[in-house]
Amino acid sequence: MYSLAISVKDLSKKYDSTLAVSHANFEVPLGTICGFVGPNGAGKTTTIRMLLGLITPTGGTAEILGESINHPDRYLSKVGALIEGPAFYPALSGEENLKVLATLGGYPIERVSELIKTVGLDGRGGSKYKTYSLGMKQRLGIAAALLPRPQVLILDEPTNGLDPEGIQEVRDLLKKLASEGTTVFVSSHLLSELELISEYIVMLRKGEVVFAGSMQDLLMQQQPIILVKTESQTDLHKIVEIAEGDGHKATIRSEVAHIEGPAEWAGVLNKKAFEAGILLTQLSPQLPNLEETFFEMTGDRS
Amino acid sequence: MMRVVLAEWRKLRRPTLLLGTLGAALFFTGLTTTFLYLMIDSEQGNSDRGRQVGREVLNLASGSVFGFASVGGLLGIIALCVFAAQTAQEYTYGTLRNLLVRQPGRIRILLGKLIAMKLFALIMVGIAALVSISLSYFLSDRAKVSTDLWFTSEGIHAIGQTILNVAISVIYFGIVGMVLGLLLRSPISAISFGVLWLLIIENLIGAVKPVTLDWMPGSQLSIIAQGGSPEVSYSHALTLGTLYVFAGAVVATVLFSRRDVAN
Repeated sequence: MYSLAISVKDLSKKYDSTLAVSHANFEVPLGTICGFVGPNGAGKTTTIRMLLGLITPTGGTAEILGESINHPDRYLSKVGALIEGPAFYPALSGEENLKVLATLGGYPIERVSELIKTVGLDGRGGSKYKTYSLGMKQRLGIAAALLPRPQVLILDEPTNGLDPEGIQEVRDLLKKLASEGTTVFVSSHLLSELELISEYIVMLRKGEVVFAGSMQDLLMQQQPIILVKTESQTDLHKIVEIAEGDGHKATIRSEVAHIEGPAEWAGVLNKKAFEAGILLTQLSPQLPNLEETFFEMTGDRS
Repeated sequence: MMRVVLAEWRKLRRPTLLLGTLGAALFFTGLTTTFLYLMIDSEQGNSDRGRQVGREVLNLASGSVFGFASVGGLLGIIALCVFAAQTAQEYTYGTLRNLLVRQPGRIRILLGKLIAMKLFALIMVGIAALVSISLSYFLSDRAKVSTDLWFTSEGIHAIGQTILNVAISVIYFGIVGMVLGLLLRSPISAISFGVLWLLIIENLIGAVKPVTLDWMPGSQLSIIAQGGSPEVSYSHALTLGTLYVFAGAVVATVLFSRRDVAN
């Protein structure tokens, strides 16, 4: 019996001279939600495609539900996937598109109308796919991924194009699925959303895994941050000097100084700023979050 | 396998595709058959490439399907377009990845698609045959063509043989379309290349050096539909046509089963 939903060992994919994924290693326990993050071009989609048997790795291996990715026929009936955005036949209705996939996978056709309701497309299931908005297309893609009542759900950017309400609906749906025992492996650029739902996180940078483990472990590795705003840019530079003088790492991003340090040191900084005649317009200690950690670890500010 | 066939059939049976394809097939069938009878006395000819087909030919037991056999090549072109579009669109729409996640057996996907498209082509051939034979019968009186031998046992045999030949030809054209779709991964490129090659390039080369038409793939497939031609025997066309189709299908299958699905 397997205890891991996904296990990746030394997985690599090379295109000519470009190493898209380099010796990736990570594990996703059963029944958890795992966020999969990385800047554009980090190798997330390539990794997902390898896990689904669409791309052959050039090195290493991986297992899904205890089966090697060399035999996708042994596990894909238990896996649902939305890869790099939804892709359907424009001339068919949303419902008919799902029926094509249900027929192909041998799932009951009645499940289609049930899923259309689950993803909030009731009333529009009979409309042609080409008339759908981006958000509706995304919902249909999620419905297609749910067709097999998956044990593992692999979603690549599932909230793309969704409005805030839709994003919240997806978040609730994923939480519900996880509570029912489904393992969710989800890549997204909405890091704040991932932080809310993920217990585990895999972070990629230039094809390499820079972190794989629990979200708590990841955030514990990071220093708390104090955000400081001043009346003038000159004062902001003085604040950075004060922080660095006290041995704290500090940078200015978007006219805000980001200073690494515990919340208690904010009081010290406030006092030193007052003594230097600097008026602070904002002084807010913050616990490390996924977004800051992501920037820190991937060096990506795009 | 059956699931793949049924899934593909869901796509093929959509009214715009089904009725559009049948409309095109019936238009060409009707046009070719009608010209054959209404222009029987025309000095400019009444068949393909200005050939003159007289009453002595149409009076024969095989007369009822002469028009249908002549349109076989055009039905083949229609099949090529449908097969190429249905195959290549999986790449352009990105839907291939969905299909392969739900059915990872790539050869099974390919064979299932082929069987469904063959079924589609056979329906087109069957309806076109019915329309062509009916039109021939109704126009025969006006063209002073005798139908006495058409429905004798020899005539029925000729009908069966011609339908079989056209079906083989149309399916071979379709497979060529499917192979082009798999190789070029774009409906427009696959259809343009196929149609340009079969309708223009082969004929241009043939006009300069007629002997090449004995070996060109499109020419062989059209000759199969006609049951042979004065220049090329049926068995030669069938053997060579089968070889071309088989070689193309093997190359495309190997590529499809090994190639990464990266779009």
